[in-house]
Amino acid sequence: MSGAQGRRFPPWVGVVLVTIALVALPFALMQAGTAWVRITNFAILFVILSIGLNIVVGFAGLLDLGYIAFYAVGAYVYALLASPFFGLHWPFWAILPIGALVACGFGVLLGAPTLKLRGDYLAIVTLGFGEIVRILLNNLSEPFNLTNGPKGISSIDPVSVFGLSLGGTTKVAGFAIPDAVKYYFLLIVLLVAVIVVALRLQNSRIGRAWEAIREDEVAARAMGIDTTRVKLLAFALGAAFGGVAGGLFAAIQGFISPESFVLNESVMVLAMVVLGGMGNVWGVVLGALLLSFAPELLRYTIEPAQRALFGKSLVDSEVLRMLLFGAAMVAMMRFRPAGLLPSAVRKRELARLAQDDNA
Amino acid sequence: MSLLSLSQVEVHYGGIRALKGVSMEVRAGELVALIGANGAGKTTTLRAIAGLARATGGIRFDGQSLLGQAPHAIARSGIALVPEGRGVFAQLTVDENLAMGAYSRGDRAAIEKDREHVLSLFPRLAERLTQTAGTLSGGEQQMLAIGRALLSRPRLLLLDEPSMGLAPLLVDRIFEVIRRVSAEGVTMLLVEQNANLALEVASRAYVLENGEVSISGSAADLLGNPKVQAAYLGIEG
Repeated sequence: MSGAQGRRFPPWVGVVLVTIALVALPFALMQAGTAWVRITNFAILFVILSIGLNIVVGFAGLLDLGYIAFYAVGAYVYALLASPFFGLHWPFWAILPIGALVACGFGVLLGAPTLKLRGDYLAIVTLGFGEIVRILLNNLSEPFNLTNGPKGISSIDPVSVFGLSLGGTTKVAGFAIPDAVKYYFLLIVLLVAVIVVALRLQNSRIGRAWEAIREDEVAARAMGIDTTRVKLLAFALGAAFGGVAGGLFAAIQGFISPESFVLNESVMVLAMVVLGGMGNVWGVVLGALLLSFAPELLRYTIEPAQRALFGKSLVDSEVLRMLLFGAAMVAMMRFRPAGLLPSAVRKRELARLAQDDNA
Repeated sequence: MSLLSLSQVEVHYGGIRALKGVSMEVRAGELVALIGANGAGKTTTLRAIAGLARATGGIRFDGQSLLGQAPHAIARSGIALVPEGRGVFAQLTVDENLAMGAYSRGDRAAIEKDREHVLSLFPRLAERLTQTAGTLSGGEQQMLAIGRALLSRPRLLLLDEPSMGLAPLLVDRIFEVIRRVSAEGVTMLLVEQNANLALEVASRAYVLENGEVSISGSAADLLGNPKVQAAYLGIEG
């Protein structure tokens, strides 16, 4: 992001500054409590998820309301291959690609029969898919116990990198570094990789094909674009990102159950994409961070504020949180319908719609 | 040797027979016009060739059968369709639209040359490269759609009603370019309701009536044919 004032600093200065900030962040957060580092970790997971969903929704224009299913698939793949449940303890680096691939497969499984559908119809089918996966996870404890049903899978192995286990606390030069901080660094590295991949995808031939399909499918086909394949690719790639995030989730959490993968989560990830700005990777990052942190900030401020004002807690913070949340979304749709950081094309689309409305 | 040949092509939309056995051919380098009234099956014929409508019978392009092939595969084999209503990517810029036309090509230098050529054919587009296609006038959109199709270096260009909804002055401009592109050796199949215009630029023509070819011949013959004159050229017999 080189400003309009021209370059007073070479670009690497920015990279160095951001790197320093990202390295320092968890230690600063620890001053407020390790819980904040954990919250940040989950925020990063949701950023990865949003970037994945953005491929499907933002780039290719296919509305997916069951995205969390791929997150679930990635999480369960990790849990089954690295827990006492089957007695398997595969290394993290082996499982993550497998999780991504399996999620990818599920993406194709969902995509292949539904590609002829558009808009609302696609949304309904994907919503159904998300529910099917969740219900399967809930019930696949019989006849063969694959998922352990609603009880979920526990004692999942922590990630171990080059012999260093990321679980538990490590002492480095007298400093106690908790697991959350170690995971933070792993997540940041993966996040950077995911952002780079997403940006490269957007500017690739495939990225342009997605753009064309979103605009006019018939014309895209007339340009020689294999629309079926390209759309399937969007589903598969988006799903793979979800699978990676799911695997990390299982490792960090140590326990997963179908409860973590409800429709609400799909809607939340979609809200992050829409709030940030569909189609713009940086916008989506911002949206995911905002929607991940805002509830936590509210949780820590509303309760004490009520006590200070009324001497007791009148409204449950959870209720207020959702209320504020809803109000913010409505305001957003009114004042920044293309998202906080809209993509160039979306901005044009909405400007055009407004023009047509006025005409 | 014909570049494109249709033999007894039938297309059904549900229970309706839109094409009832159309046979025609386009030779390399020719500009062939397909004229007829609304609903005669002109657009359907183009859609069948481009793979957008399921057809039976025989459609061969350069010796290869096109039946059952996917639209994108047909496009890659060298057939470019300029659809009715233009089908430009409204939110993409003119430049991005043109780049999309060359999607299936990898030869950058040649693409750049073709782009320059298209912009010289349509200077109007050169002035509007960074504008989004949706903000262009109807005539400019038509130019863009033709330019985009030319960037795929088609061996056969299918034009569907290029004059539709345009002011007479713009129609003249578009047809001037059609004539030039044809003179440069691009083979074209032109669907037009404006039979006068179509027969002026075409070398041969087919008249479609209720899904069948009723009259065919050289454009000059058709211009002199009393039946064509009465039905399509507005000349009282």
